Amino acid sequence: MFRNQYDSDVTVWSPQGRLHQVEYAMEAVKLGSATVGLKNKTHAVLIALKRASSELSAHQKKIFPIDKHMGISISGLTADARMLSRYMRTECLNYKYSHDDLLPVSRLLASLGNKLQTCTQRYDRRPYGVGLLIAGYDDQGPHIYQTCPSSNYFDCKAMAIGARSQSARTYLEKHLNDLLTCNLDELIKHGLRALRDTLPNEVDLSVKNVSIAVVGKDTNFKIFDEDAISVYLSQIEDDKRSKLAEPDVEQDSKPPQPPPSDEGPQEPQVAVAMDTD
Amino acid sequence: MALLNKTDWYTPAPFWQNGPAPGAFYHFPGGSTHVDAGGFQRSQAPITTGTSVVGIQFKDGVLIAADILGSYGSLARFRNLERVMKVNDNIILGAGGDYADYQCLKSNIERKILEEECLDDGLSLKPKALHCWLTRVMYNRRSHFDPFWNNFIIGGLEGDKVFLGTVDKLGTAYSDPVIATGYGAYMATPILRKAYEENKEMTKDQAIELLYKVMQVLFYRDARSFPKYQLGIITREGGVEIRGPLTLDSYWGPAII
Repeated sequence: MFRNQYDSDVTVWSPQGRLHQVEYAMEAVKLGSATVGLKNKTHAVLIALKRASSELSAHQKKIFPIDKHMGISISGLTADARMLSRYMRTECLNYKYSHDDLLPVSRLLASLGNKLQTCTQRYDRRPYGVGLLIAGYDDQGPHIYQTCPSSNYFDCKAMAIGARSQSARTYLEKHLNDLLTCNLDELIKHGLRALRDTLPNEVDLSVKNVSIAVVGKDTNFKIFDEDAISVYLSQIEDDKRSKLAEPDVEQDSKPPQPPPSDEGPQEPQVAVAMDTD
Repeated sequence: MALLNKTDWYTPAPFWQNGPAPGAFYHFPGGSTHVDAGGFQRSQAPITTGTSVVGIQFKDGVLIAADILGSYGSLARFRNLERVMKVNDNIILGAGGDYADYQCLKSNIERKILEEECLDDGLSLKPKALHCWLTRVMYNRRSHFDPFWNNFIIGGLEGDKVFLGTVDKLGTAYSDPVIATGYGAYMATPILRKAYEENKEMTKDQAIELLYKVMQVLFYRDARSFPKYQLGIITREGGVEIRGPLTLDSYWGPAII
């Protein structure tokens, strides 16, 4: 029934100082399809890979607008993400009502972080099983933030979350120095190439399974339509695909493993370590 | 038996006819028929008041001036009440009307600023945001028939833009390069507007001189005024400065008009 002795509740500590239920929630993020966020000096871009649950269904939306200056891309439980996006929209709207201005991204993330945290410290709640990439623009420039079910959130130069996203992160790390100085078109293409690296060999990006959104200086948050996406997709068609880093992909998509059985007096361990360790 | 039926736990019957019910007061015969209607009274009038506040934009900043008199009705009771405050490094605020209400809002604003400083995220409240927030507070209170009895003038800098706005006790709000409240709306606005139309790019010194003249006119015409005033100055280079109390020279020239 249980993977080990200490994961019966979110609030239960393991003797090694870990909260197993929270770590399991972190795994939910890796079940969602990959999404990439990156920024240069003036703009922040979100790019997401959309999945269709069957041949007969449409592709599931991955990017949600929050306000004129902000939007999110999700990986994990969509229903949980919609709760969070509704909360973020309400917060932005309330701030606009009371202060006639756009809510600074860092302020919203602080309150969102607090909301996520309460779920990790109450026996009657469960952590949100979703990771978010938040792209926003405010007085302090463009932002990419990442949030986790563990309620950690990070201010990122670029980030990728979701299934097989390690390959995208590898790409982003490799091109980190170019990102800040390149223009918006180049930035979007970098994002698409990063996302393409997460795909298995037999799949490719298309206007149906890709979602692109941009926000920045004098640019309200906007999700691109298929025509706009196809322009960018045709521009990266000729580029070579990075060689897949197989071990990364392998590790990334592996489901949580049960601990070895012959541990003796030692505490049973969760096989998959958290990213945030 | 009929009496028993009418009785319930919450509205017990009187002990005797026309007598008090358990837990209720006895109304003596001949008294007013509706002594206690269950209502209560909100503040219907200000007590200790400050008079006009004036504000003007100039080339690269804002000025707000208000005298330092706290009137108790027509009695000039407090002669050193400061009504111009620094909110943060880019906002100044002047208040007229009930001084207690101003003190209440002042402590609220100061708490707001302190909370923001504690966040230490490099962001600071903008004058337009404070103006909007004050409007919401004032309108909310008037909607509960319990207004904050004040006129506020908010001035400040937002990036390279200059802001000057006002809110009154009803939540009426607008922004304009020239604002005067209370008696000053009648006496000072024409003078300020004329000067502003003639020279929209006033220097700081010209604006200070203009407000001196305006405060002088107000002192001569307004029976609740005082010859000492405070001057809030906010400029791009100099930041915030609250000057005063400054003294007006006696000059009875205008009285001849």
